[in-house]
Amino acid sequence: MAMAVDPALPKLRNGPERSLAAAFAVTLVVFAAAPFVLYPVFLMQALCFALFACAFNLLIGYVGLLSFGHAMFFGWASYVAAHAAKSWGFPPEAALLFATLCAAGLGVVAGGIAIRRQGIYFAMITLALAQMMYFVALRVPFTGGEDGIQNVPRGRLFGVIDLSNDMTMYVFVLVVVLAGFLFIYRIVNSPFGEVLKAIRENELRAVSLGYKTDRYKLVAFVLSATLAGLAGALKALVLHLASLTDVYWTMSGEVVLMTLVGGLGTLFGPVVGAFLIVALENYLASFGQWVLVIQGSIFVVCVLAFRRGMIGELGNALRIKL
Amino acid sequence: MRTAASLAVALTALMMTAAHAQVNVKIGVMSDMSGLYADLGGPGSVVAAKMAVDDFNPAAHGLKVDIVSADMLNKPDVGANIARQWFDVDHVDVIVDVPNSGVALAVNEVAREKNKVFLVSGAASSDLTGAKCSPDTIHWTYDTWMLANGTGKALVKTGGDTWFFITADYAFGHALERDTTAVIVANGGKVVGSVNVPLNNADFSSFLLQAQQSKAKIIGLANAGGDTINSIKQGSEFGITAGGQHFAGLLVFVSDVNALGLKVAQGLTLTETWYWDMNDANRAWTKRWQAERAGKFPTMIHAGVYSAITHYLKAVADLKSAADGKAVVAKMKELPTDDPLFGKGTIRADGRKIHPAYLFEVKKPEESKYPGDYYNLRSTIPADEAFRPLKDDNCPLVSAAK
Amino acid sequence: MVEIFGIPSQALLGQLLIGLINGSFYALLSLGLAVIFGMLNIINFSHGAQYMMGAFAAYLLLQYLGLNYWGALLVVPILVGAIGILIERLFLRHIRELDHLYGLILTFGLALIIEGLFRNYFGSSGKPYQIPTALQGGRNLGFMYLPNYRAWVIVFSLAVCLATWFVIERTRLGSYLRAATENPALVRAFGINVPRMVTLTYGFGVALAALAGVMAAPVYNVSPQMGSDLIIVVFAVVVIGGMGSILGAILTGFGLGVIEGLTKVFFPEASSTVIFVIMAVVLLVRPAGLFGRTV
Repeated sequence: MAMAVDPALPKLRNGPERSLAAAFAVTLVVFAAAPFVLYPVFLMQALCFALFACAFNLLIGYVGLLSFGHAMFFGWASYVAAHAAKSWGFPPEAALLFATLCAAGLGVVAGGIAIRRQGIYFAMITLALAQMMYFVALRVPFTGGEDGIQNVPRGRLFGVIDLSNDMTMYVFVLVVVLAGFLFIYRIVNSPFGEVLKAIRENELRAVSLGYKTDRYKLVAFVLSATLAGLAGALKALVLHLASLTDVYWTMSGEVVLMTLVGGLGTLFGPVVGAFLIVALENYLASFGQWVLVIQGSIFVVCVLAFRRGMIGELGNALRIKL
Repeated sequence: MRTAASLAVALTALMMTAAHAQVNVKIGVMSDMSGLYADLGGPGSVVAAKMAVDDFNPAAHGLKVDIVSADMLNKPDVGANIARQWFDVDHVDVIVDVPNSGVALAVNEVAREKNKVFLVSGAASSDLTGAKCSPDTIHWTYDTWMLANGTGKALVKTGGDTWFFITADYAFGHALERDTTAVIVANGGKVVGSVNVPLNNADFSSFLLQAQQSKAKIIGLANAGGDTINSIKQGSEFGITAGGQHFAGLLVFVSDVNALGLKVAQGLTLTETWYWDMNDANRAWTKRWQAERAGKFPTMIHAGVYSAITHYLKAVADLKSAADGKAVVAKMKELPTDDPLFGKGTIRADGRKIHPAYLFEVKKPEESKYPGDYYNLRSTIPADEAFRPLKDDNCPLVSAAK
Repeated sequence: MVEIFGIPSQALLGQLLIGLINGSFYALLSLGLAVIFGMLNIINFSHGAQYMMGAFAAYLLLQYLGLNYWGALLVVPILVGAIGILIERLFLRHIRELDHLYGLILTFGLALIIEGLFRNYFGSSGKPYQIPTALQGGRNLGFMYLPNYRAWVIVFSLAVCLATWFVIERTRLGSYLRAATENPALVRAFGINVPRMVTLTYGFGVALAALAGVMAAPVYNVSPQMGSDLIIVVFAVVVIGGMGSILGAILTGFGLGVIEGLTKVFFPEASSTVIFVIMAVVLLVRPAGLFGRTV
């Protein structure tokens, strides 16, 4: 049974294209100006998580599959990219590419196993697989176990642009994340995307119409895994570090939180959610104890009263589909 | 006349500003405030830091000192992030404590990159003065080599010559087992078996059974925190000590003994470099510390934070600047250390603080006369033997100097 | 001495017994989860936190009221069960019509809140709790030394599990419960107060978790993390057994405890992962679990 995330279709106004273009323009301006106001490393970290949340949202918001194991793609791509950049001396674009391909491969294997089931069983299988990958990460020597892979060099992009400068790196990260975001937009607003939404609404009906739903779901799963992997690889380069936190099941829980807060099934929701949660955690670093309680409360409030999430509510109020 | 007056005023103003030219110093205490190691370091470290600053009397030395603190949640990425933010944005000059080896190694690199000082009191990894040594880092209180050498050597010499290891299956546990095995073998002992236990495992009965069946005289616990507590608690349930075997806690703190209770922990051997009840100076300090941490006892990590900051401030006062990390650390290595807790000591070229280590044994419940009276001193390991010799370090700083 | 795969058979027997003991905890916890899911279709992610509350309640009752282990065994499940009823009334009731997965997220959030609060107040290093004097010591069985307390754990859990199974599967009250899950409207039409049954059932499931917590207090470290470390494993156990099956939960709990115990002997590093591997395999072959009903 798919998750019902769009309780009432908002009455659209101004045509979807124009309002989306406007929202996009606003976002671009904000991000162009942001590094002069806020700390660039924090922004880059939030951008990586934004991409991660968008990738996750592709699966839950548009296909209706709750994966509780996305951390394995994020984390393992992070490790692979870190290792490639540090021990094999890959330039950043090669490290990113290689790590993303690995995540895609992992997605094919995991998807192949998990897609056969729906709902809670799907969630549990993804959780189990992610736990297994966590234990593998713990034991395999190249990941550095509890210490993680540290001192990851950012390298020179295309052999020319030195990424160790935070501002230069920021531009690069912004470009990559925007590209990922646009890619997701393309997927969602395409015939393929329409079939996915049909599967979310009523899978049996889609099957009766002749669509091989399993194949569609698997492709969506692999795309989601690949983009999550890209986010992870990027994060490893930004923070010079890949660690066990990235593969542990609580990371999967975090991305659920980000997407829920931002708004399931909206385009901009996961981005907003990611920024909010990363900012919250940074701000609460000095009150470490309260992070758990606050995160838990946000989950509870969102489920009880705020199911559309921030962007969902905003879109509903403005009558545009964000 | 007017010019003379204005000149006088200008001169006075100049003199006043010169006299008030202060050096601003910001200390960042990064620790585990809410997790597994909150009692080892945590808020207690912040208290120790404040005490160090107060006792030093910064104003008298022309310094103005601020303290900030943060919770690194035992995650290297969180720690590295906080370190970066502190150094780049918040003008922190020195980071102290960090009771987690993974996080400490990450912060070590950030400090090296930004040329700021890092004083490690809480973490154990001997790599901090080995392969990963840095001209900006000083490793205070203790390390894995000292623990292995202290507990391992002392036990083998007093008859504990067959060992069985229960090891936490990750880098720290393996390092501890490896270092202790080397010491055991070098002193004529034998390791008859070992078992790797996954992290966060709650039940040790299966592994304890294997240890019992190995008939080793000593069961070495190459783990920490909750794992150690569980192993010992369940060990007492299975009658390990009653059957004649002894536990060697390779990384045990006063707070762990507090959590276990003496009935269960009695007879446990461990090595620490500071104990609150060893002399009057320690007791007096503990009383002051407890004013803010009621019901708890300070660990050697807290003492290390106090000692490190005291020495750091001395160096900064001497240099009149905290800006250049390498310069401050060089000065700290140049000046001999002296504080009420650790007494006189030195800091080596590789960043290792040198002081004696003590082998303790946990008292029986009937021997304990008051709360916190936990340890009997079994032997003292002199400062020059307690830590790994410079030549075995593989520290690039040391080899470069040659 | 007979050796099996290089391990003397005596040692193996000892490990099997230990596996059975661990299996008791898995069985008790997965029983609670199975009751809640089977009867209410709620995935109770806060089960681990409720288990932890049980252990802490036992500790606090001993510290401040001097109530010993035996008293705690009786009082704590009722206390924590009451909290469970409160949770059901305040939160879970409102999301009954929604997708299961919202229930999972909500209870996950509750688990975070509970663990966070306990961590704030009690710190993370764990509280001491002694084994009750009547159960201290042990006997030498020849192949191993069996602590009396551990023997008690097996016997008592088995008794509780069997009693629960009996009530649900063989009594009239149990049949009302089972009927109410399948067709609440019809059962209501017969005059049975379905919402109250739902609330009480949730409370009962939570009480089981708390009972497991009290039993764990003397042997495992009583700390705020004790639940979250365990909950994922217990979920795996329930999924393997079949999410709605009471008997499945009990048998799988004990069985997986034994398998985990054997893994600890032959391949200890994998002992944390073996349950998940089994879960993935079982779900592929039998999606409803070993004893489950419909998919």
